[in-house]
Amino acid sequence: MAEIRFKNVQHAYPPPKGQKPVYALKEVNQIWEDGGAYALLGPSGCGKTTLLNTISGLLTPSEGEIYFDDQEVTHLPTSDRRIAQVFQFPVVYDTMTVFDNLAFPLRNRGMDETAVKQRVAQIAEMLDLTANLNKRASGLTADGKQKISLGRGLVRSDVNAILFDEPLTVIDPHLKWQLRSKLKELHQQTGVTMIYVTHDQVEALTFADKVVVMYDGAVVQVGTPVELFNRPKHKFVGYFIGSPGMNFLPCKLDRGQPVFHNNLLNTSYPVGNDLSGRTEVGVRPEFVEFTDDGIPVVIDKIEDLGRYQVVTVKHESEVIKMVVDEDQQIPTDNPKIQFNPDMTRIYCDDWLVGGGQNE
Amino acid sequence: MTIELRDVTFRVGAETHIYETNLVLKPGGFNILLGTTLSGKTTLMRLMAGLEKPTTGEIWTKDRNVTGVAVQKRSVAMVYQAFINYPSFSVYDNIASPLKVAGLSKNAIKEKVHRFADLLKLTPMLNRMPSELSGGQQQRTALARALVKGTELVLLDEPLANLDYKLREELRDDLPKLFADTGATVVYATSEPLEALMLGGHTATLKEGCVVQFGETASIYRKPATLESAEVFSDPPINTAAIEKRGDEAYLGETVSWKLPEKLTFLPDGNYKIGLRPHHLLPEGQGVEVQGIVQIAEISGSDSIIRIDVDDNVWVCETRGIHSYEFGEKARFVFNAGHCMYFGADNRLINIPSSSDQTDITNSGRL
Repeated sequence: MAEIRFKNVQHAYPPPKGQKPVYALKEVNQIWEDGGAYALLGPSGCGKTTLLNTISGLLTPSEGEIYFDDQEVTHLPTSDRRIAQVFQFPVVYDTMTVFDNLAFPLRNRGMDETAVKQRVAQIAEMLDLTANLNKRASGLTADGKQKISLGRGLVRSDVNAILFDEPLTVIDPHLKWQLRSKLKELHQQTGVTMIYVTHDQVEALTFADKVVVMYDGAVVQVGTPVELFNRPKHKFVGYFIGSPGMNFLPCKLDRGQPVFHNNLLNTSYPVGNDLSGRTEVGVRPEFVEFTDDGIPVVIDKIEDLGRYQVVTVKHESEVIKMVVDEDQQIPTDNPKIQFNPDMTRIYCDDWLVGGGQNE
Repeated sequence: MTIELRDVTFRVGAETHIYETNLVLKPGGFNILLGTTLSGKTTLMRLMAGLEKPTTGEIWTKDRNVTGVAVQKRSVAMVYQAFINYPSFSVYDNIASPLKVAGLSKNAIKEKVHRFADLLKLTPMLNRMPSELSGGQQQRTALARALVKGTELVLLDEPLANLDYKLREELRDDLPKLFADTGATVVYATSEPLEALMLGGHTATLKEGCVVQFGETASIYRKPATLESAEVFSDPPINTAAIEKRGDEAYLGETVSWKLPEKLTFLPDGNYKIGLRPHHLLPEGQGVEVQGIVQIAEISGSDSIIRIDVDDNVWVCETRGIHSYEFGEKARFVFNAGHCMYFGADNRLINIPSSSDQTDITNSGRL
């Protein structure tokens, strides 16, 4: 068990001849607390697997240092890091029984057979695999196999962290939540640091206490699910978390308050007036509502999604999405909208500015 | 183009993949096949395309019996879940390939490829190879190739399933627009109810090789003919429970009870079932109370999905905002009895919630 610390970690894959290096990972300073449940969330190509591989030692970053507690491990091989990994596709020894699969890492380390039996039984119990211990792994379903991969990580009591790389990809959608539930339960029982890589926001936000959002090689925000929803620090977070994503509209500033096409909006988080850069106002579809008085809009589309309606409206060719309750009537006569000032934020060159950043 | 399945069944050896199905698709619109894995979506599509021949029954297009007519001789295009492109062709040549086979002139091909590349936002990528594209761009290339042929029937088999959810969001928006002008009859297979609602059109709910119900998408959602149809059209799964009617009250177990809608009080006492959509089960407020043990609270950014054990049932509460619960926590949830759908012991719909449309449910389009 250890706290994992990144100090100015960067990585560039070797560039083609005569070209500048492209950084797959840009200046990451991050502390992974011992016993934390983290998710690393971002679209494909954002650098999240690269980051994971620097923790496991599969990749040595081209710059920066990585520490496990006080020990620098930047150049340490994987085998010396005591890291367990669970990949997209379950890695099991098909010809072995479930018991032998789980016992494998322990026997490798020369643990005596009585202790092996005891430990395997304990882990099998946690994973609901007890009834399958004597079956061959090849006969199990995909989720059963993935549980074995997971079990092999948990069975060692000396691991510093368990890393998951999109572990639910091959699991039937109807079983995913059960495995997610199991993972959370295991984290609470064992207290092992878990880092979970995914492009799926539900998996990330459900699993993690802290979500690390990555975009274009950089960590753009680290926060709890509530923080990411309420206060996206970067436009990408606003877009990526939530469905539909946050609305971003071009604005000017008037005494710190945003002005959108001559409509003065109110935000509880005004900014100083001296910003140079592209300013936009950001508001989530959940916090836009129809009112008697406000910005006049034209209704473009109403989607009945059963539980709620997504209404697309336009003002001066700018598109705004709204989430409206299932039984609410959509006004047809000169509809007007308003933004909730507590949930209206200002962005400058894609980054959140203005007050209330640390509330 | 109309397409009609008449008493179609499909068996492989002793195994029945499709039970007797009668289905008339909506011509020139979106027809969604909604069901889980192995419900028969892909098999139905392969039958419609002519890639499989029905064991019994006939398939008709317009006034023509096409049962057994080879796929090459039909006006059909199909797009699969996995992006299939020619890896050694550029995007341009990929889109152009069916037109070249059809023997169109170079200029006609050029015009068409550019029109559909434009529509699918692929114009800047026309000279790239498929391996240089993102997943969404690769699937758009496959879609463009299917569209460019101008076939009367387009079959899309979970075309967005392999894309990340933000790309799905964008393409779901674009797809109906894309087909609106072509006049093609589109059949779209998906396992996601939300996707069906977003795409609109008509929906057939499928379960284990049977078409359960077919009709306008929104009306199937609001008025499922059976509990099975409601189950297929709910993700997270609809909460169900066996109840007992005693006089004008419904009993869920011995401790939870509520007053039945007046319309139902005249039914004989006995066993019935309820369906309650997950967003009608609330973590707080007034209504009928149930106690549950929390299995997991899942968070999707703006919503929480809380799975709880209520007696022998797994129930789900889907609610706005972020609600955190501990695993194994005992919690109280409430629902408004007016939101219950009632089904008979045979799973047929008796009554839909009072807030929904109260038209005669005997005409709910059951096949």
